[in-house]
Amino acid sequence: MSDLPAHPLRKWTSARVALGRAGGSLPHRELLDFRLSHARARDAVHQPFDPAMLALELESHGRPILLAPSQALDRPTYLQRPDLGRQLSPEANERLIARRTADGFDFVVILADGLSASAAHLQGPPLLAALLPLLDKWNLAPLVIAPFARVALQDEIGHALGARAALILLGERPGLGSPDSLGAYLVHDPRPGNSDAQRNCVSNIRPAGLPPAAAAHRISWLLLESRRLGFSGVDLKDSSEMRPITG
Amino acid sequence: MPWSITLAGSSHHFADLRTLLAKATPYRSGDSLAGLAAGSAEERVAAQFVLADLPLAHFLEDLLIPYEDDEVTRLIVDRHDARAFHPLSPMSVGQFRDWLLDYETDHLALAAVAPGLTPEMVAAVSKIMANQDLILVASKCQVVTRFRNTIGLPGRLSVRLQPNHPTDDFKGIAASMLDGLLMGCGDAVIGINPATDQVSTTCSLLHLMDELIHRYEIPTQSCVLAHVTTQLRAMEQGAPVDLVFQSIAGSQAANKSFGIDLALLREARDAALSLKRGTMGDHVMYFETGQGSALSANAHHGIDQQTMEARAYAVAREFQPLLVNTVVGFIGPEYLYDGKQITRAGLEDHFCGKLLGLPMGCDVCYTNHAEADQDDMDNLLTLLGVAGCNYIMGVPGADDIMLGYQSTSFHDAHYLRQVLQKRPAPEFESWLETHGITDSRGRLRENPRALADAAQTLGLLAP
Repeated sequence: MSDLPAHPLRKWTSARVALGRAGGSLPHRELLDFRLSHARARDAVHQPFDPAMLALELESHGRPILLAPSQALDRPTYLQRPDLGRQLSPEANERLIARRTADGFDFVVILADGLSASAAHLQGPPLLAALLPLLDKWNLAPLVIAPFARVALQDEIGHALGARAALILLGERPGLGSPDSLGAYLVHDPRPGNSDAQRNCVSNIRPAGLPPAAAAHRISWLLLESRRLGFSGVDLKDSSEMRPITG
Repeated sequence: MPWSITLAGSSHHFADLRTLLAKATPYRSGDSLAGLAAGSAEERVAAQFVLADLPLAHFLEDLLIPYEDDEVTRLIVDRHDARAFHPLSPMSVGQFRDWLLDYETDHLALAAVAPGLTPEMVAAVSKIMANQDLILVASKCQVVTRFRNTIGLPGRLSVRLQPNHPTDDFKGIAASMLDGLLMGCGDAVIGINPATDQVSTTCSLLHLMDELIHRYEIPTQSCVLAHVTTQLRAMEQGAPVDLVFQSIAGSQAANKSFGIDLALLREARDAALSLKRGTMGDHVMYFETGQGSALSANAHHGIDQQTMEARAYAVAREFQPLLVNTVVGFIGPEYLYDGKQITRAGLEDHFCGKLLGLPMGCDVCYTNHAEADQDDMDNLLTLLGVAGCNYIMGVPGADDIMLGYQSTSFHDAHYLRQVLQKRPAPEFESWLETHGITDSRGRLRENPRALADAAQTLGLLAP
């Protein structure tokens, strides 16, 4: 928030270079500027997730919405017990199993707070608005909202619903300059025990990073490719920029 | 071998050495995550009482990971120097702690016993020590290393200049490098974490730093912190590699998850030595470690994270590194939850590494989902300065825009040098003075002559 004229070095990087000094220490504006960035990142980590509000926003897509929390019941537990964030609460598991269909679903989209609830609230709805129309030929499972989820919860959710692919959108670890960045992880054939090497990731989804429309393009490309190939993960290389979506 | 103790009427039982060590460890979230932490505060202290009475020699017989299963264990056992250990052989862990604090135990005495110490002995004694004990004993250790300058002398504090950029943009990196040098940082190493682990990027970044170091005759060394195999490939292509970097851990399985083993590290060290680029010494390795890395790779063998960290130092010690630093708060709150846990771990790691004879630095850092802030970093930074830490990180404004975490800044380094009357490595200090960056009192000067044309040379003046 410094209003000093920009130092020439600052043209080349967003790193905090040429900050000046008071003695050898930070000038007060720079000290406060850093604190502001950290305060925003902290607020993002601890902002309560509001699944009901999110569900209301997503109603316009005309799809059923299910709530499926993990076994981490509060944020301190979530932060200290990644294993609990990878497991569905028993009630949620039953709720999802009850929605299985004979044909199964092509895929399920999960929206979660992860490490930044504000990322889910700010980037989730516009991303889904861009993504769902690209996938209108698919047999989609109900949308799932999953509080306190780690990435691998997509395996339990997809498996419980009987979906052939799962996409989880969740708030990334907030950086100082990017407190509300959303990450998307795709897995083909979700089932407990999948490794991270079987997932594809699209990260840094936010207006100043990868904007929702571009992210939706890449995600749908990955979904189509993984369905065509029958797998996802490190062997599925993202070349969405070179090859157009063909349907 | 099981142990039992009765304290004020309640009895406590510890089934084996792993359990005893884990339960004696000051509380941290990672041990709880692993299901290893003491069940109560009293059980923790009970374990510390039992541990204090355990003979040091017990650790030579009761191996935490079987010899035949793990090459780090084999390294620890095979390299143990019985003659250096001899004066300590009658001591218990508790007596060892008291000996470390004795007035007569000076840096020479500590250096003499270092080859006789195993990581498990050092981890064990640290668990019963207070924070001030960890600081006092570490401050008595002196570990001096050399490549193009001299790091770790008494009264000195060096800084790794860390000019990372999220897309490895050369001008962005150059801008951060220039800023750091003008703030008096970079004597430990100029070390870049590349955003992408590619041989071509690694080579280009190495050339960028090599040209800068040579053009301005800066008495320091450079490093690109890519995977060791990438750096080997870069050396094959003739890139100017000063130091070889690698992250290491305390078990063979954890190292395997990093894609390395001891043979690969040996190969990389030999390759770097053959380049003969050091002018003052041949310490060519740079290692990073951190509590929790073995657990996160599920390669901890039921051992607490602090003991596993100390075992990583046995790996480091084998390769005579110029620099070793724990990246103490990077791993996140699942392993070290808050400022208190990060502080304790930083002091433990620095102490254990120094006692084993390593040139320890520390990346004093945290992530935004940890319960910590810059004030916690100020505290740990100051404590480590008092403990005689060899070097810290210098990141522009403490904000690493590539790795997405907060470390210490150029300003922080200058603060620590000011408040503790610490000076840079002597060769680098002379360079700073000769080029007008600092005055004879170590104060930063306005408009230094040095590097006056560097912005142009590095292409930072073009529109």
